[in-house]
Amino acid sequence: MALVEIRDVRKSYGGVVPVLNGITLDVEEHQVVCLIGPSGCGKSTLLRCINGLETIDGGEIRLHGDRVSGPGVDQDALRRDVGIVFQSFNLFPHMSVLDNITAAPVKVLGQSKAEAKERAMELLARIRLDQKAGEFPDRLSGGQQQRVAIVRALAMDPIVLLLDEITSALDPELVSEVLDIVRDLRSEGMTMVLATHEMGFAREVSSKVCFLYGGVVHEEGPPSQIFSDPRDERTRAFLQRIIEAGRL
Amino acid sequence: MDDTSDASQPPRIRAPRPTREWKPAPPKSAKGLATAALGVVAILIAVGLLTASTVRDGLASVGFEEGWATAGLFGIVAVFLLLFVPALKGFSCASRADRTAKIDVAEARAETAAAREQSWLAIGYTAAAAIVLIFGLFLVANEVAVGRTFFDLSLIFETFHLVGKAFWVNIEIFVIAEILVLIWGLVIAVARLAPGRAGAPVRLIATAYVDLFRGLPAIIAIYLVGFGLPLTDLPILRDMTPTMFAILALTLTYGAYVSEVYRSGIESVHWSQTAAARSLGFSHTQTLRFVVVPQAVRRIIPPLLNDFISLQKDTALVSVIGTVDAFNQAKIIASNHFNLSSVTTVAVLFVLITIPQARLVDRLIERDQKRMRAGG
Repeated sequence: MALVEIRDVRKSYGGVVPVLNGITLDVEEHQVVCLIGPSGCGKSTLLRCINGLETIDGGEIRLHGDRVSGPGVDQDALRRDVGIVFQSFNLFPHMSVLDNITAAPVKVLGQSKAEAKERAMELLARIRLDQKAGEFPDRLSGGQQQRVAIVRALAMDPIVLLLDEITSALDPELVSEVLDIVRDLRSEGMTMVLATHEMGFAREVSSKVCFLYGGVVHEEGPPSQIFSDPRDERTRAFLQRIIEAGRL
Repeated sequence: MDDTSDASQPPRIRAPRPTREWKPAPPKSAKGLATAALGVVAILIAVGLLTASTVRDGLASVGFEEGWATAGLFGIVAVFLLLFVPALKGFSCASRADRTAKIDVAEARAETAAAREQSWLAIGYTAAAAIVLIFGLFLVANEVAVGRTFFDLSLIFETFHLVGKAFWVNIEIFVIAEILVLIWGLVIAVARLAPGRAGAPVRLIATAYVDLFRGLPAIIAIYLVGFGLPLTDLPILRDMTPTMFAILALTLTYGAYVSEVYRSGIESVHWSQTAAARSLGFSHTQTLRFVVVPQAVRRIIPPLLNDFISLQKDTALVSVIGTVDAFNQAKIIASNHFNLSSVTTVAVLFVLITIPQARLVDRLIERDQKRMRAGG
């Protein structure tokens, strides 16, 4: 049994714009799964469905064998265990870095302030931002903000971490400091699902790459196979364009 | 297109662009503007002299004849003479520009620019001085009728303690009402944002309330509450004072306005902030409380203060239910003395309390903008 089982998931916006047209995908524990594909293929929507930010119209999603989609599911409880990091960081601008990280552990998990702070400082030290604990997010660079956002999600000790194009809003020279954290997390065995346009990175870190197109998984396999020997015609065309753009 | 003929012709080369000549244009003369500036300054001084002598005669007619007052009046007109400085400077720059236009275009341009600047400076200040003059004339017209009706200083000083004391009633009403409005408005705003199908009736009632009290003129709300509720003889209500009814009526009315301010503030917080909060496991209520409302409140301070200033001014309406506030007190004095100067006192008091509030909010906004420029 896979940690996350996605079975024939369908989703449309307003009942008219189909986004996911029957996605089936397994994420094993300690796996890093990369979702690649052109814009609008449903990568972000799929991630948002996994932690219940979007409701799905059909199919089901299971976490540890327990159905977490559909009516009657405690979505607040689900989101406690499934962390997500967004493309645009979405830090809370009215809170300091430290409060951004400790807010949820204190208010949602009921940790004591001291306990949450200790854990937050530990995490901040790991990303070498412990000096910035008292700063407000607008004083940080994009890369630093995104690192804080990752730490904010980690402070909830998630079972799975979803990363939604976390480097797309960053200046090129800031990308690597964020990707380094993802590498670290991988080496610790964190289960992650990434939607990404960083093909080189996907090739390096993923256990499995899924090519999404038109709301369907067109091809999936180990990165070595997908990137050097894509079998699906659309995957080939997509990768060809990426190579022509000098991004692989 | 015929292929063969195309191939036989030599490749077309575009002719190089002809070099265009650039002739520096001499500046347009500023002499007309400078002359106009001199003219308006001269007119201002003439009118100023006329006004000063009228005011002197007016003061004399009310038995106020002092050397220093006359000196002061004509001193003000003498200050107007200073306006000749930029006007003359402008004129001389303009003439110099005209002379050098043929010799040194750059020099002429600089002189013209200086001439324009000086002329406009003279004209601008002259316009401002003229407005002050017209107001002065209005005050002293008809043997200082306007001045005596609105600004009878002796009456103002004599009745100030009465009006000032009554103004505390206005302050009491608006301070209590503002506190209640802050809470009540937020309750209504959150009710209007109640989620899901179960929240629909709550949303409906809150919307109906806002529609009702936004459409109802404050004076009618005060009248109905202040005169109507005591007649019902219900417990609690029958023991309330007119001031308490005034506070209740203003809270109901302004609660509706302020709830809309809160709601727009809450809706202005980008949905990605809600997504981030929900993704960390915050519930709907927690998301509002810890993430959305704190950000909304910072943004709504300016519109909120505007509503508060209007609320403060509307405390003058409570005179319709017989509360003796500053305006009511002043009206009593005005009818006793057949003179409106005590009402002027109230007007000045209202203006004086709003100015510091406006400055305070400017400072708050500036501070907040500095701190969270990145705001979601």
